[in-house]
Amino acid sequence: MVKKNWFLLAILGLGGVAVVAIPPFLGGYFQHVLILIMMWIIMATAWNLLGGYCGQVSFGHAVFFGLGAYGGGLLYLHWGISPWWGMIVGPLLAVIIGIPIGLITFRLRGAYFALAMLALGETFRIVFTNWEPVTAGAVGILTSRTWGGEKLPYYYIALAVAALGIYVAYRLIHSKYGYYFVSIREDQDAAEGLGIPTTRYKLYALIPSAFFTGLAGAVYMNYFAYIEPHTVFNLSAISIMMILAVMMGGAGTLWGPVFGAALYTILSEALRAVIGPISYLVFPLIACFIIMFLPDGIIGDWDKIKRAFSRKEPVYAGGE
Amino acid sequence: MTLLGQTLITGLLIGGIYAVIAIGMTLIMGVMEIINLVHGALMMVAMYICLVLFESFGLHPYIGMIPAMVILFVIGYLLQKYSIERVFGVETILPESQVLLTLAMALAITEIIRLIFSSDYQSTYTPFSGKCFYLGGMSISAPYLVSFGIAMAFVAALHIFLTRTDLGRSVVATAQDREAAIYMGVDAKRITNFTFGLGTALAAAGGALLLPVFYLFPDVWHPYLAKCFIITILGGMGSTVGALSGGLLLGIAETFGATYWSPGYRDVVGFVIFILVLLFLPGGLKKIIGR
Repeated sequence: MVKKNWFLLAILGLGGVAVVAIPPFLGGYFQHVLILIMMWIIMATAWNLLGGYCGQVSFGHAVFFGLGAYGGGLLYLHWGISPWWGMIVGPLLAVIIGIPIGLITFRLRGAYFALAMLALGETFRIVFTNWEPVTAGAVGILTSRTWGGEKLPYYYIALAVAALGIYVAYRLIHSKYGYYFVSIREDQDAAEGLGIPTTRYKLYALIPSAFFTGLAGAVYMNYFAYIEPHTVFNLSAISIMMILAVMMGGAGTLWGPVFGAALYTILSEALRAVIGPISYLVFPLIACFIIMFLPDGIIGDWDKIKRAFSRKEPVYAGGE
Repeated sequence: MTLLGQTLITGLLIGGIYAVIAIGMTLIMGVMEIINLVHGALMMVAMYICLVLFESFGLHPYIGMIPAMVILFVIGYLLQKYSIERVFGVETILPESQVLLTLAMALAITEIIRLIFSSDYQSTYTPFSGKCFYLGGMSISAPYLVSFGIAMAFVAALHIFLTRTDLGRSVVATAQDREAAIYMGVDAKRITNFTFGLGTALAAAGGALLLPVFYLFPDVWHPYLAKCFIITILGGMGSTVGALSGGLLLGIAETFGATYWSPGYRDVVGFVIFILVLLFLPGGLKKIIGR
């Protein structure tokens, strides 16, 4: 076991050095892809805290992403304050709005919770499109980029946020909170019976989840320098893809979402470059196959994949 | 007063069409107890089938809906049998993966349709689509009225099917208590596949009824899917009477929202109802009506 731990640490260390040292030598497009990867890692890790560990599958995390993006955008629009303040205001806004959302929707279970979040996500999109005096409506908000065409600073910011997100997730799931989250996911009634205040602990999972999703939104807003309700509150492009990235990697594992997010971004960029518009068809098909054959994701079902390739007889732990 | 009456009638007529689509959904959700997000996309496929029939053979959607319903029944049956069935009841970390599967299917179907027909807006406009007549200052659109009539005929036929025939009663039994139905000798798996096909065929009928009055494009289904859910939750899962009353209620509420608040917030009215019902009336109108 000790040997294996060293091996893992070495890989992590090498990976860490690589993501810090290599990007300056890459071209603009690859830097762009790396920024996208970091953004999706933040979002997938954040979603995984609430969805993967606590079992509250949210189909409306675009609410927090959008609020995170609009926090800075609105400051800039109304008072001309630098959108970088959005890195603080955006996530806070997401948390402040997220707490009442959680208090209302956590009374619902399973698929009903998912649907309620979906409805909320769509409601926010419609409200931000129609509430023109405050949000500028469908026109969106255009800001200016601090560093012009330079991508590297944005990459390091996104990387730092992603590292922070993974660290916070790591600390949370290895603490008392993490075990409480898992117990709620596995059997809410039993958890309640053991004296865990489930709604409160769901909120404890929601707060960091909303915060980091909002932070990803703020990074997005600063990097793209343009937001409009239809992109940042999008159901299929944000809420659903966040879940897909997590599911591809493996929900309820620390590195699953990281792996899934990287795979998702690379796949979607590569498919778009190679086969063009058909990639929008190939992508959901890949999702279908993953859910049908690897329901726990690539990291979560790693043993299953290894078995399939080594052609060994499956070993059932239970009494089958 | 005229405005009030106008709003009420328009809402009622559109609500009837919603009800047909939503009854398909409520049957599927009642029997399978999973959330089916592919429903709207299949409705859209039916609309495109009607469009092709209209453009190549001149069949009005009201006639084209019959072949469309048959085709969609088969598609729904096969999707359920060969794909959704597989993940039904598999032990995973997140049981909601089924929901995601149906959603991924919906996105894939949309893209297939987009590749074939492009994203352009299309319609089956006939002189009939613009016809309307007046009743005491209120205008009533003829295609809406005919669609509403056909929709109600479908609801009535379905009600008779579910209460009077053996197959229909098996569907109701499976929806009420799957285990008990199996003990009574109902082949629950076969019934589930059949119900999925039937529900999808009803969605096809609803889509065809919408076609004479609305535009058609590959993403047309998003709001209708949302409406289906709202109606299903409002009416109670598996209840046809609940879905009918829920559909009419939602149609009226939406039209009132659009008239007296703002047309942009039309869909928000539905979502607000949805969340309120989830919180304060779990089980839906079924609880009140009692069936």
